Amino acid sequence: MKLKSLALTAALVASTLGAVLAPSLAQAQAKEQFFPLLVYRTGPYAPNGTPWANGKQDYLKLVNAQGGINGVKVTFEECETGYATDKGVECYERLKGRPGVALFDPQATGITFALTDKVLTDKIPLVTLGYGLAASQDGGVFKWNFPLMGSYWTAADILIQHLGKKEGGMDKLKGKKIALVYHDSPFGKEPIPLLQERAKMNGFELSLIPVTAPGVEQKSAWLQVRQQKPDFVLLWGWGVMNSTALKEAVATGFPREKMYGVWWAGAEPDVKDVGANAKGYNALALNGSGPDNKVIQDIIKQVHDKGQGTGPKDEVGSVLYTRGAIISMLGVEAVRRAQERFGKGKVMTGEQVRWGLENLALDQKKLDALGFAGVMRPVSTSCQDHIGSTWARMETWDGAKWNIAPEWYQADDQIIKPMAKAAADKYATEKKLTRRDAADCQS
Amino acid sequence: MFYRENGQFKSSYRADQQILPIAQDRIAMLVLLLVAFIVVPLGVSDYWMRAILTPFLILSLAALGLNILVGYCGQISLGTGAFMAVGAYAAYNFQVRIDGMPLIASLLLGGLCATVIGVLFGIPSLRIKGLYLAVATLAAQFFTDWAFLRIQWFTNNSSSGSVSVAGLNVFGVPIESPVQKYLFCLAFVVVFALLAKNLVRSAIGREWMAMRDMDVAAAVIGIRPVYAKLTAFAVSSFIVGVAGALWGFIHLGAWEPAAFSIDRSFQLLFMVIIGGLGSIMGSFFGAAFIVLLPLFLNQLPSWLGFSISTALASHLETMIFGALIVFFLIVEPHGLARLWSTAKEKLRLWPFPH
Repeated sequence: MKLKSLALTAALVASTLGAVLAPSLAQAQAKEQFFPLLVYRTGPYAPNGTPWANGKQDYLKLVNAQGGINGVKVTFEECETGYATDKGVECYERLKGRPGVALFDPQATGITFALTDKVLTDKIPLVTLGYGLAASQDGGVFKWNFPLMGSYWTAADILIQHLGKKEGGMDKLKGKKIALVYHDSPFGKEPIPLLQERAKMNGFELSLIPVTAPGVEQKSAWLQVRQQKPDFVLLWGWGVMNSTALKEAVATGFPREKMYGVWWAGAEPDVKDVGANAKGYNALALNGSGPDNKVIQDIIKQVHDKGQGTGPKDEVGSVLYTRGAIISMLGVEAVRRAQERFGKGKVMTGEQVRWGLENLALDQKKLDALGFAGVMRPVSTSCQDHIGSTWARMETWDGAKWNIAPEWYQADDQIIKPMAKAAADKYATEKKLTRRDAADCQS
Repeated sequence: MFYRENGQFKSSYRADQQILPIAQDRIAMLVLLLVAFIVVPLGVSDYWMRAILTPFLILSLAALGLNILVGYCGQISLGTGAFMAVGAYAAYNFQVRIDGMPLIASLLLGGLCATVIGVLFGIPSLRIKGLYLAVATLAAQFFTDWAFLRIQWFTNNSSSGSVSVAGLNVFGVPIESPVQKYLFCLAFVVVFALLAKNLVRSAIGREWMAMRDMDVAAAVIGIRPVYAKLTAFAVSSFIVGVAGALWGFIHLGAWEPAAFSIDRSFQLLFMVIIGGLGSIMGSFFGAAFIVLLPLFLNQLPSWLGFSISTALASHLETMIFGALIVFFLIVEPHGLARLWSTAKEKLRLWPFPH
């Protein structure tokens, strides 16, 4: 009976506590630009999500250490999504109302889909660097989405271009068999339309082999690979799926040299467990990495050496960490660009940041000054073009580290632009949106 | 003292058969409804409305549906997520394929499709029961996961497999702002809760409970097991299907099969067990416990001024949440609804318990 009244009290306390659960007390003051950080440090994708999240946060700390954005201090708060769409939506709703909120980077394709409709009414830009909705590169329809630096369509296109080049010409792809081993979610399915288009164009045979999320069970998928004996396997995996795929490739004896991962399958956590067995595996490199880049050195000196770093110091500069830093940098530069038009030293609203993102002009000189020389190529966006850059390189795992080939590839605009436009138009009809006119581009 | 029913005499069968026979209960319910319909939309922030109350209402509705099956009819189901998915995708298809389809109609039609699938997967319940049935309903889960991932037609040939809806409106009134969404869901939940409450009090509800308590005895006194079990599956999956459609349409806006994965099935089963099997109110308690508590635990450290890493906060949330579930189930295996009735009993005798 005593225990029971204890439980009653507990229930009562819980309900009253629930009643006072007010939206966060810590409201930011003026003169602070708020960066909401949607991350996942738990769950099946945590090994990849963590370095990414660390990089995002550390770069913001670096900006503060260097005096903020023209004197505007940067604040941030993390919210754990666990890669789940409903949790991501909750995080978005929790953080979107903060004063000075700049932009969202949901860090997951599924969450991007759910937020795409919401940012339209809330007027907050959505940056999805290298992931998300491929069609959203068409700024004429997707006013608030920014798949900067690449989408899954550009990634797939570059992979096929590379295969063609390796075979000695695109016409040599005719009759070849290419298998796409993909994460069975919007993330993995997104490249399929482009690959089908390319298959029609270049005459190769495309076979689709889905792997159920999160991807730890791939025996049947690799059995299919074994039966079909494809010439190449494209690996569209994320998190634990990548290392599992490599292990299965070892087990089935599929040569790792013929495996090509997307840029989300080309980081250290993907190959570390497989180590030397993964030697020869290739992946796309969206960005450079390594501890020697200037921006990474700056982070080590001005953040980590002062004891304010996020995560372990020896992971600073890894592939996904650097990508996180790039995402934050692009956000910060968008705010800086917006300040040039709307007033230096002021806190920008979501709409103003959107203008900044739409008018990014990061040339090589600016990148060098920011410390991103050799990490990425210039990004320049416009009202119609929300992607800014479609360049990527290939990298190969030598058993101990990633080696990036020097040659850059650019996705073929002649294929991607019409596809993106058609998909965007379809989206616009479904949602009863109209294309933005010239006047809207000036806003 | 607070809850004494002295002097409340019932002089007719009607009065005796009211849902809330005690005056205090009636007042409390009236106040609760007034608060929910008027005070909350006026005084609660958008975040609360959109990210906490709306999902709470929708999941309460789903738990309510599941409770009819598991709590009232004793048929354990692990396929709730599947029936939600059927509701959501069916409603989506009605919405996009038929021009000018009213929103409420497509939601209810989604529920009807879920009913059909629910009855189909309920047929094994005529031969197997308990854990075996749970495994059979699990098949529904895997089947729908497969179907909605693979069969392009269901997703209107969306290349990524993700579908979305926009421009929702009821009789020309848009359902877009947090308040509108909240009130829309609230109206659904209130109507369905009332219907469910009356169903379980009626002859069919008593048949379900008889099946649950002892199916052989129930059959002996003339209850048809086929009819009782399949109606329970039908009613349950209808409500669950509508809840699924609301989850997709109103809460998420865009979704993929992962939104209705097996985790969702487990989550709803836990809600029913923790809230109280065989109790309409328990479904709401369970949903509140499962939806609100993790959010609260997640944000508690920052309110108390601790700064801990996101990952640690998330792990702590899971651990404390798990411990609380165990604690409540040890202390009160009949769930929070039973705690509530114990509390009412205590208030009735207060301050002189005997």
